[in-house]
Amino acid sequence: MSKTLFAPGHTACAGCGQSMAARLVLDAAGPNTIIVNNTGCLEVFSTKYPESCWEVPFVHSLFENAAAVASGVESAVKYLGKADAINVIAQGGDGGTADIGLQALSGMLERGHNILYVCYDNEAYMNTGVQRSGLTPFDTNTTTSPAGAVSIGNLRPKKPMPEIANAHGIPYVAVASSGFGQDLQRKVKKALSLKGPKYIQVHVPCPLGWRHETNMTIQVAKAAVETGLYPLIEYENGVLSSRRQITPKPVEEYLKLQGRFKHLLNKPEEIKKIQEIADNNIKKYGLKAEAQPA
Amino acid sequence: MFGPLICKPGSSKSNKTGPWRTESRPKFLKKDCIACNMCVLICPESCISGQGKNTYDFDPNYCKGCGNCAAICPKKDIAMVKEEGTQ
Repeated sequence: MSKTLFAPGHTACAGCGQSMAARLVLDAAGPNTIIVNNTGCLEVFSTKYPESCWEVPFVHSLFENAAAVASGVESAVKYLGKADAINVIAQGGDGGTADIGLQALSGMLERGHNILYVCYDNEAYMNTGVQRSGLTPFDTNTTTSPAGAVSIGNLRPKKPMPEIANAHGIPYVAVASSGFGQDLQRKVKKALSLKGPKYIQVHVPCPLGWRHETNMTIQVAKAAVETGLYPLIEYENGVLSSRRQITPKPVEEYLKLQGRFKHLLNKPEEIKKIQEIADNNIKKYGLKAEAQPA
Repeated sequence: MFGPLICKPGSSKSNKTGPWRTESRPKFLKKDCIACNMCVLICPESCISGQGKNTYDFDPNYCKGCGNCAAICPKKDIAMVKEEGTQ
């Protein structure tokens, strides 16, 4: 068994992108870490009572308050004089971060606690049966935004969480993807080397909710980045400091891999709208790779 | 006091998830392995281990058979084969 702090035997679905990303984050953070978790898939599958797959201290309280509990943990660590030795990581899914836990997260960012917040973005409430969340992308088929004769799926665009976090004036905001594991680990290490509140959002495919084969997790995550729908960016002190440059692919390359977008494939006008979202991202963040000189 | 408490770290190891495999299991061919470590990096069950070329293998007690290791292997040195005992 390779040395990892995220033990096997958890009850995630086969091919779970979140369990991949959670292990990468924890292994990058190292053993001197305290994890505070929102309710969500990650908490449920990793701590099936009376077992836990975490080899570090782990606290779960409620759906909305990981950021608030982590604030308390960080203050206690500071009081004990161990602030330099111990990393505090608060984490949650997209619902626990962008919808239910947003005020606790905003408070944590505003008060300037030395905490890394990691949002595992699987783009719906997967644990309770694929209900739409604030981070569900436009036109997605979920159980509360079903596609059919009248509806085309989720009517609202994705909430710009990295920008919301960045607007708090915090030292570090990054977007990563489970399809780019080394990049994710680099961003976690960089975040933990900085003082103050940090926010990382990780794109984690969900074979159940996104309706793709279990062995396509990495392929789907990479396709989201390569089409420009999930730009991998970093903000340092409010300034866009790096982005992963791509040679943009058409968004169909990403949509056709997943059952949740199946209803769009014979609707070119809807695909055009999604292409516009990708084009806007590419323009806004300057994602397009410069042509190599011949 | 807060409850419920779980005092033993990593105790999920007692929960063997191997029987979750329904169709296929990975087979590490151990021929063209370049020890790039990608399969270890991405395994959602953290059940692949190895040190050096052609030594990597998985733990059948925990592998759920998702097939991501076979999909990411740059040398195609991992094959998904039919699970034993299935029709």
